[in-house]
Amino acid sequence: MSKHNLIEIKNLHASVEDTEILKGINLEVGVGEVHAIMGPNGSGKSTLANVIAGRPGYSVTEGEIIYEGDNILAKEPEIRARAGIFLAFQYPVELPGVRTWQFLKAAVDAIRKENGEEEMGVRDFDKLLEEKRQLVEMDPDLVKRSVNEGFSGGEKKRNEILQLALLDPKLALLDETDSGLDIDALRIVSEGVNNFKGPQKSVLLVTHYQRILDYISPDYVHVLVDGKIVKSGGAELALELEQKGYEWVRESTGTKVQT
Amino acid sequence: MVSNASEVDHYASDFQQLQGLNDNNWVSQIRSRAMETFAGIGLPTTRKGNEKWKYTNVAPIARIPFALSSSSNTSIDVIKSVAPWSDSWTNVVFVNGFYRKDLSDQSGEFELTNLAELIEERIPVENLGSLTDISDDGFAALNTSFLQDGIVLKVAQGKTVEFPINVVFFSDGSPSTVAHPRIFVKAGRGSSVSVIENYVGGGGDYSLTNSVSEILVEEDAVVNHYRFLSESEHTYDVGYGRVKLSDNSVFNSRSFFKGANIGRYDLNVLIDGEYASCDLQGLYFTSGDQHMDNFINIDHAKPYGTSNLFYKGILDGKSRAVFGGTVLVRKPAQKTDSVQSDKNLILSADAEVDSKPALFIYADDVKCAHGATAGNVDADTLFYMRSRGIDLETASRLLIYGFAGEVIDKVEIPELRDFLEEAFLTSLPSYKFEF
Repeated sequence: MSKHNLIEIKNLHASVEDTEILKGINLEVGVGEVHAIMGPNGSGKSTLANVIAGRPGYSVTEGEIIYEGDNILAKEPEIRARAGIFLAFQYPVELPGVRTWQFLKAAVDAIRKENGEEEMGVRDFDKLLEEKRQLVEMDPDLVKRSVNEGFSGGEKKRNEILQLALLDPKLALLDETDSGLDIDALRIVSEGVNNFKGPQKSVLLVTHYQRILDYISPDYVHVLVDGKIVKSGGAELALELEQKGYEWVRESTGTKVQT
Repeated sequence: MVSNASEVDHYASDFQQLQGLNDNNWVSQIRSRAMETFAGIGLPTTRKGNEKWKYTNVAPIARIPFALSSSSNTSIDVIKSVAPWSDSWTNVVFVNGFYRKDLSDQSGEFELTNLAELIEERIPVENLGSLTDISDDGFAALNTSFLQDGIVLKVAQGKTVEFPINVVFFSDGSPSTVAHPRIFVKAGRGSSVSVIENYVGGGGDYSLTNSVSEILVEEDAVVNHYRFLSESEHTYDVGYGRVKLSDNSVFNSRSFFKGANIGRYDLNVLIDGEYASCDLQGLYFTSGDQHMDNFINIDHAKPYGTSNLFYKGILDGKSRAVFGGTVLVRKPAQKTDSVQSDKNLILSADAEVDSKPALFIYADDVKCAHGATAGNVDADTLFYMRSRGIDLETASRLLIYGFAGEVIDKVEIPELRDFLEEAFLTSLPSYKFEF
C-alpha cells in the first residue's frame, strides 16, 4: 500500500476577483511529512495556504482538496480547524479587547467539543497554557493582554506558534511565519514547529526564503511559480534555489513569471 | 432657541410653591435668577443654529408638564439591586432627588452634606453655580430654578479619600415627575477622591431626571469620576457636568450609559491650570428606541495640558447615538497634547450614530489627534477567530464583549468593574456578524 496521505490537492484553481492565482495545483502531503512551498512574491503560495484553511474572498473554480478522505472545499473554516487544520497567519490579526486567555480557551474548547469532550476546566487550561507559553518563551504579560494588540512582529508570530502548540492540529499550514523575524525569534518559532512535528503530524510551510529551512528540515520542497508547482524535490532543492535564485527555476522550466 | 410660554407655565406653580418654603434664603435669589433665565430661553430646540442640540430632539420632554417629584420610602434592597454597591464605600442615596439619610453612610473623613440641610440651616455653598452657565442651557437653568437637594462634597487639602463615594440617584418612576439632582464637589489642593454618580430606576411612565454636577479640582488634586446611567425605557435623563482643573490636577472620567429613553450627557472640562490632565472615557450601549447624546467638550485654556477622549458605542435595534463635542485649544495653551476618538459598533441596520468630534486649535505648538469610526467587524478578524475553530456566534460575542471591555477594564475600582461587567455583558445582544 502506498503512503497514507493526510491531504491531497488535485488540479486546484483559485481566483480572486476574476484573476486566477492558482492554476492547477497538485500536491499530496502524507501523514508525518514536512513539505515546503517556495516561490517568488505573487506566485500564489500564500493563496494556497489560505484556500486550504478556508479564507473567504477566494473562489475555487476547479479541482478539489481532499483532507482525510473528504473534499473540504464546501466546509466553513471553523469546521476545517476543528478537523485539525491550522493556519499560522502571515499577518496575525489584532483583536482589541479580546483577551488572549479568553480567545485561546474558546479555541481549545471548540475543538474539544468537536471531539465530544467537555470544556476544559480553568485550572487545567491555565496549566496547559503556561506549559506551552514557556515552550515559545512568550512574555507572561502578553497572555493577559488583548490578542496581538500592541505585540511586536516577532511576538505575534510567537503567539501563532503558541496556538499551534495549544491546539495540536494534524496539519500545520505556516504562511511565511519566518518573514520579519530576527534570528532569536526565528529559532524559537522553528523550535515550536519542530516540537509539533511527529509521525502523526504534517506540516506545509510556505516561505520565500531558504533561511527557515536551516532550522526545520523539509522532506519535500516544491517550487511554486505563477500558480503552478514547477519543480519538486528533496531538501537539497531549497539550497539549490538559494544559490541559483528563482530565475534559475524559470529558465530551467521555461516558465514565464512576473517579478 | 425659542422661548415657549407653555413650557415655562408647566413649572411656574411648582416654582412658586418651592420658593414659598424658603423665604429670604440664600437659595431663593439663585432660584429666581435661574427661573428668569429659563423663562427667557426655554428648553433647547433642534432648530436652526443650535449645533449643541442638533441631533437630539427634546420636544417629547418639553411637551410633558413634569411635576416636582416627592420622596418615597423605597427600600435599600431595591437600590442595591440596580446600583453598584459595596459596604466598604461611602454610599449616599437620593430617592426622587431627595436625600435619604436612613440609607446613607456618614463619614468623618471629609465634608459631605446634603444641599437640603444646608438650605434649611441657611449655610450658603461657596462657588455653587460658578461653573454653570445657565444662560446657555435651559436644562441647567431649570435645575437651578429648583435647587433643593443634592450633595456637597469638600475634600480638605492634602486628604486622600481611600474609598469611593458612591452617590445613587434613584427614581421610583412616579409618572410625569421630575427630579433635579445637584452635585457640587471641591477637591482641595493635593487631595484625591473617587466619586461614582449613578442615575438608576424609573418606571413604566415618563419621568425626567435633570442633573447638574460641578467639580472643582484644585492644584495637584486628583478626582476620579464615574457616571453610571441605567434608567427605564421611559425615563428622560439630561445631565450637565462642569469641571475646572487647576495647575497639575487630574480629572479622570468614566461614563457608562445603558438605559433611558432619551439620554444626554453634556460634560465640559476646563483646563484652567498648567500641566493639568483629563482622561474622559465612555461606553454607551443603546437598544430599542433609545437615544443617547454624549456632548463631551474639553477646553484647553492653559499650556502643558494633556487630554484623552475615548468613547465607544454599541448600537442595536432602532436606537440612535450622538457623539459630539469639541476639543478647544486656546491660544495660550501651548504644548497641549490631546487625543480624541469615538468608535461605534453598529449591530442593526436600523440603528444610527452621528459622531462629530471636532477639534479647534488656536495655539501653534500642540499635538492633537482625533477620529471617529462607525462600523462592523472586518472579514479578516472573523476569519482569524474561525480559523481557530471558534464559531461565528462565539466569535461575535467575544468581539462585542471585547469592544465593551476595553472601557470597562480600565475601571480601577474592582467592585464597580465587576458590577459594570455584569450589567453590560449580560445585556449585550446575542448577535452574529456576517461573514
